Amino acid sequence: MQITSPGFKQNARTALDDAPLQRALGNVRKGFIEKRAKAATALPEFDVLRDNARDIKDHVLAHLDLYLEAYAEKVEAAGGHVHWAETADDARRIILQICRDKNARTVTKGKSMITEEIGLNDFLEEHAVAPVETDLGEYIIQLRGEHPSHIIAPAVHVNKDQVEADFRRVHTHLDPARNLEEPTTLLSEARGVLREKYFEADVGITGANFLIAETGTSVIVTNEGNGDLTQNLPKTHVVVASIEKIVPTLDDVSQILRVLARSATGQDMSVYTTFSTGPKRDIDPDGPEDYHVVLLDNGRSSMLGTEFQDMLRCIRCGACMNHCPVYHAVGGHAYGWVYPGPMGAVLTPSLMGVDQSGHLPNASTFCGRCESVCPMRIPLPKMMRHWREREFSRNLTPATARYGLGAWVFFAKRPALYQAATRVAMAVLGRLGRGKGRFSAMPLAGGWTKYRDLPAPEGGTFQAQWAKRRHAA
Amino acid sequence: MSDARRAILAKMRSAMGRKADDIDRKAAVADRLQRSPRGPIPARGQVDGAERTALFRKMAEAVQASVVRVGSREGVPEAVAAYLKSKNLPATVRMGEDPRLSEMPWSAQKHMETLTGRAENADLATVSHALGGVAETGTLMLVSGPDNPTTLNFLPEHHIVVLEEADIAGDYESVWARIRERFGKGVMPRTVNMITGPSRSADIEQTLLLGAHGPRALHIVIVERT
Repeated sequence: MQITSPGFKQNARTALDDAPLQRALGNVRKGFIEKRAKAATALPEFDVLRDNARDIKDHVLAHLDLYLEAYAEKVEAAGGHVHWAETADDARRIILQICRDKNARTVTKGKSMITEEIGLNDFLEEHAVAPVETDLGEYIIQLRGEHPSHIIAPAVHVNKDQVEADFRRVHTHLDPARNLEEPTTLLSEARGVLREKYFEADVGITGANFLIAETGTSVIVTNEGNGDLTQNLPKTHVVVASIEKIVPTLDDVSQILRVLARSATGQDMSVYTTFSTGPKRDIDPDGPEDYHVVLLDNGRSSMLGTEFQDMLRCIRCGACMNHCPVYHAVGGHAYGWVYPGPMGAVLTPSLMGVDQSGHLPNASTFCGRCESVCPMRIPLPKMMRHWREREFSRNLTPATARYGLGAWVFFAKRPALYQAATRVAMAVLGRLGRGKGRFSAMPLAGGWTKYRDLPAPEGGTFQAQWAKRRHAA
Repeated sequence: MSDARRAILAKMRSAMGRKADDIDRKAAVADRLQRSPRGPIPARGQVDGAERTALFRKMAEAVQASVVRVGSREGVPEAVAAYLKSKNLPATVRMGEDPRLSEMPWSAQKHMETLTGRAENADLATVSHALGGVAETGTLMLVSGPDNPTTLNFLPEHHIVVLEEADIAGDYESVWARIRERFGKGVMPRTVNMITGPSRSADIEQTLLLGAHGPRALHIVIVERT
């Protein structure tokens, strides 16, 4: 996928002016937060489970090499094949080769962010293999020629009337006069169209939420059941997963499942949690004859042992973006690559380089909501700050920001001068803003006041008020 | 691609400052895989008997499954026939070779037709026997094989699942223990399905709709402990 993260500022501006997008983003602000809070509150052990989920993944990351070896051994013992891919390009070639070995013309796909990361669909199309997305949201955006704007709700930026228009444009074999007013009619239409595709496909490709070392099992978590039809009806099942998806045992995965759906959609459990181990056995009347796992590194091993290692605990629930005021304002596409929101702001620089995506860790108010809801307790704001530090130390920060920070440092190192200067500045601003109580424009801060007013200060500096209260107490 | 495997593992080990032949680490990993220690288990599911069944039922109904209880295995065909009738469905079901199902008195139900084998696209209703249930979240657990082919769980419009009351556990971990006992430690059937309610999607404007790609309805028949 082409990265447009360097153009984040322009992307964000465009998104803020995009009326249909802003309407669609209202659904993120409304639903996800309340549902997660309700599910978390209903389970008294929720925070204890989060702690344990974090500990499980920390343990795995400390021994990732050994767990991967144990996992691969089990997959092979069950009759499956394991392919190791250092880069996105390696993974694409491996998958294409599997498709070619099977003379595959169409492949159905379950929802997989990793296949987005490696740009699999475009690559397969270029090589005469037609990929068909089967998750409803993924199907909608495939028809629109778009990428997901959210890691669990890929079409969250699309409104119902747009879906209807797309279905009418593409499903030309159906009656043009049909009524698609109700969302259920759209769902039924997609169900009918895709049902045929499952049976036509030669290969089914899914991602994996987890890989279990104890048994050599891949796990997918879905609500629709599309991933299951994708992996059960074609003759070949290919799993594409990144190396950090490993968990040790069935007991460990049960622990993390308890925090995954609650954090993601506010469900206690997603509808289908499916454990797949090897190809069908001789006596099985259904299931794939071949089972392949492609293990993708693509820069993750370089995150081990660094201040970004904790990011590898991420289970892709989407809670961080669901609670992010920046994501709420601009949506996922503005971030310019596969992973949006706070997790994307940390992961994208790790995988694509901070010179390409330095804007993303800056696109944060540091309000801390992402960390407070992360089921794996990933310190997202801290890691965004690490990226800002690296960006600064590599001189990638724009000159005006550097001068601004330089000026601040000068004052911050001289507390008496700092206090005097802020006192004067506040008094002046307070007097100037007495009439309206706010400023709609400020010299040197035009970028900030363009989208909101600066309230006029009242009642002395923070330090002055702090000192006063301490005396009073 | 064994070169890639070597390269990836080597990169990890150098990043972590670890060696491949570190005996302590190997022992720690082997121990965890062998012991599979349990984490904290929510108290919610840790109830017994009728209370556990009631919790299972409550949780399954909360995710839009329908649940009925029958006194014995012999009562299942009648319950299935009644369900089909209530949904205006033809009296035809497909099921696998599970003897617990095939030994039920299906022929006692007038006009009832039973088909066997893997599901076909035209199947409106299928019957599976669950390996177990989990009261904590109203989750069913099914394993693949000729007894209960996996396609029966996903292709029909209506999926009917028979669950023995005695097979309802409080938590997922207890069912994994059962699976380890049956298939062997570290061994799994091709597919284990955890199913919690009928298929759904909220991909259009975050509005929840049932029946996305899998069954539009999930009907659970609990067979009382005898």
